[in-house]
Amino acid sequence: MEMPTPDAAILAKKAQIVARLQSVLPNGAVISDAAQTKAYECDALSAYRCPPLCAVLPTDTAEVSAVLKICHDMGVPVVPRGAGTSLAGGALPTADSVILGVARMSDVLETDYDNRIIRVQSGRTNLSVTGAVEEEGFFYAPDPSSQLACAIAGNIAMNSGGAHCLKYGVTTNNLLGVVMVLMDGSVVEVGGAHLDAGGLDFLGLICGSEGQLGVVTEATLKILPKPEGARPVLIGFDSNEVAGACVSDIIKAGVLPVAIEFMDRPCIEATEAFAHAGYPECEALLIVEVEGSDAEIDAQLKVITGIARRHKPVELRESKSEEESAKIWLGRKSAFGAMGQINDYMCLDGTIPVTELPYVLRRIGELSIEYGLGVGNVFHAGDGNMHPLILYDANKPGDLEKCEAFGADVLRLCVEVGGCLTGEHGVGVEKRDLMVDQFNAVDLEAQLRVKDVFDPKWLLNPAKVFPLDASVSRRAGQ
Amino acid sequence: MSMKPRDEAQLSEAIAMAKGPLRIVGNGSRGVHCEGEELSTSAMCGISLYEPGALTIVAAAGTPLAEIEAVLAAENQRLPFEPMDHRGLLGTNGAPTIGGVVAANISGPRRVQAGACRDSLIGVRFVDGRGDILKNGGRVMKNVTGYDLVKLMAGAHGTLGVISEVAFKVLPDVETSASVVLHGLSNVQAVAAMAVALGSAYEVSGAAYDSGRTLLRLEGFTESVAYRATRLQALLAPFGEAEIEADPVKVSEVWQGLRDVVPFHEIQGNVWRISVKPTDAPQVVAGLGADATMLDWGGGLIWALMSQGVDVRAKMGAVRGHATLVRGTDFARFQPEVGPLVSITARLRAQFDPRGILNAGLMG
Repeated sequence: MEMPTPDAAILAKKAQIVARLQSVLPNGAVISDAAQTKAYECDALSAYRCPPLCAVLPTDTAEVSAVLKICHDMGVPVVPRGAGTSLAGGALPTADSVILGVARMSDVLETDYDNRIIRVQSGRTNLSVTGAVEEEGFFYAPDPSSQLACAIAGNIAMNSGGAHCLKYGVTTNNLLGVVMVLMDGSVVEVGGAHLDAGGLDFLGLICGSEGQLGVVTEATLKILPKPEGARPVLIGFDSNEVAGACVSDIIKAGVLPVAIEFMDRPCIEATEAFAHAGYPECEALLIVEVEGSDAEIDAQLKVITGIARRHKPVELRESKSEEESAKIWLGRKSAFGAMGQINDYMCLDGTIPVTELPYVLRRIGELSIEYGLGVGNVFHAGDGNMHPLILYDANKPGDLEKCEAFGADVLRLCVEVGGCLTGEHGVGVEKRDLMVDQFNAVDLEAQLRVKDVFDPKWLLNPAKVFPLDASVSRRAGQ
Repeated sequence: MSMKPRDEAQLSEAIAMAKGPLRIVGNGSRGVHCEGEELSTSAMCGISLYEPGALTIVAAAGTPLAEIEAVLAAENQRLPFEPMDHRGLLGTNGAPTIGGVVAANISGPRRVQAGACRDSLIGVRFVDGRGDILKNGGRVMKNVTGYDLVKLMAGAHGTLGVISEVAFKVLPDVETSASVVLHGLSNVQAVAAMAVALGSAYEVSGAAYDSGRTLLRLEGFTESVAYRATRLQALLAPFGEAEIEADPVKVSEVWQGLRDVVPFHEIQGNVWRISVKPTDAPQVVAGLGADATMLDWGGGLIWALMSQGVDVRAKMGAVRGHATLVRGTDFARFQPEVGPLVSITARLRAQFDPRGILNAGLMG
């Protein structure tokens, strides 16, 4: 993965930059020692690493503003970092950049149950947002797999989703307001506890902009009352096509499950060997979860199992207890870990129209044979967001490159059938160079112009999202 | 005279060749006033893709909303966000178009549960002020590829580009609906009751207050709606004895009336739409001196009927939120931005519409 050549003039000024940053931050909030900056050299896309010039850990909006103003004045690139769980390299530094980490900004600023909102500092972890309100019977809906660790700041940057977004939407549908610091240090407030922000929909634009338009320091989030209960059903099929048709029929029937998860044979086998969830031996497996009171759940599951039976499942297992529910989810939740036991893997994130599922799975199978690399598919079938896990050996020369080429082919396939490169992980550096497969030059230029407005000097996370040659003239303008 | 391009190429040409300001409309039902030659998307019609099993529909901007709703209804699906019809309130006619719904981000009572128009919108094609044909988003419901210009276009009222095609995530229609109705509450009590209902697990899909009635809507499968209505009634007992209206035809009529602000149709005066934190609504209403008010979205949306010449924005004081003048012309339609957003807005507009010809001045 190519990254811009570090600016020698910035590297030469390191001592001055660090000194100025130290002058506006508390003791210990500037990390410049080479042994310590190493902790910030990568995120969850760990194949790529580069220690930053330094890292700063401010504690509030004012400190973030002071940091950005200094970096703006001195022309130093800034890479914002939530919890560093990005699978797309969204927080990958360059050697001449300052990592701005929000980890020390994790306070709950306000909870308001009458208006069903919580206001938090952006470094708060996703799960701890729910943790702050669950005693009152509320939760925060977006639930990325990394929710124990990932920060709201990163969720906003990548517009993160999760398993339950078929019903509850992704981050952008649950975000009501932000306080954001622009690269020049100015602070903007967008939206708030009221449902409609006035003027242009900046909130929608900021969410998913991968830390390129500003640094979000505070967020007002929608919280929802917890459903009375939830229960999954597990359905096994002897072909991907039939499982895909079943998903489509469930959706058409008017039931709206909170989650429809899909696993294919390689993934089922891997998780079974790893987690012993008692999954059936079959080609494709669906986990469909519905919510409500016991009676409502029974009624919805009756509709769903009725549809499933028409597709002649090899297995149909309705949960009758909390334990059985947990067991049904166990395999799905340990799928990534299970694949990781077999080998290193790369997790893709393309989305396809649900109707193209059988074709895309068949093509992925063919590509797997062509590349000689194994692949397991686990994904959110209700919304077509796929997570093919491509297995490779990081210690084998050339294997990573082969895996990346395979991954790129799969993502191009997603675009070709009417889908997109990334459903919830973001572009980062990982899919940067594939943007030209989804957007033409005019479409990309329109997006580049948006960044020009917020960050005219292109200092915020500049080497992400867009192919380097598309952004080079702007970055050179530094 | 109005220019009515038949496709995207003609739309692009019309904008690129424009000598002066353009007034962008669909069929004009939303009462947008600004200077310029009229450019209508009404001749760009048709549903190009509808996949019920994928909950996805794609249509040209000029497609009548009614056509889309009919096609969806035939498959027992619907647009989740329940767009309002402005014709009765504004005395306009002409079939509302789907492009107009998006341009104005029109959302109705179900917004509290299903989100706004922008939350269901998954893709747009549009032509910017240069005449460039652009696309963003697509036809899949989970998509974070590049910046989300889809949301930016929703509610931009044509000022960043003229929408040529839109794609939506749709939802299954419901088997039945019911209203749980409390009578005789003050607006303070009503907002409190709506907060209790919206904070319950019973999936309230509408929470409004009009003429002393507090209405809460439930939708879904018949048995589930009956169950939730009874539970909600019990939960709201501290606010009085709630009545359950279970005839779906009547329920639908009532909510359509609330959606379209029917009580204000026949009364003269300015109509303002005020967005605030729900619990701030009673305080704002108290300060308005309005001829009449209605609350939707649990209090988060105030409809206010006001005398001409009265500036609602000046009366909101320190309360956060914003007011839009929906009927009336004696104030700017949209509340001006404040702080650094003023310059960002201006520069963003300049990027998409460097000549400033698209609905110039409409949004300030």
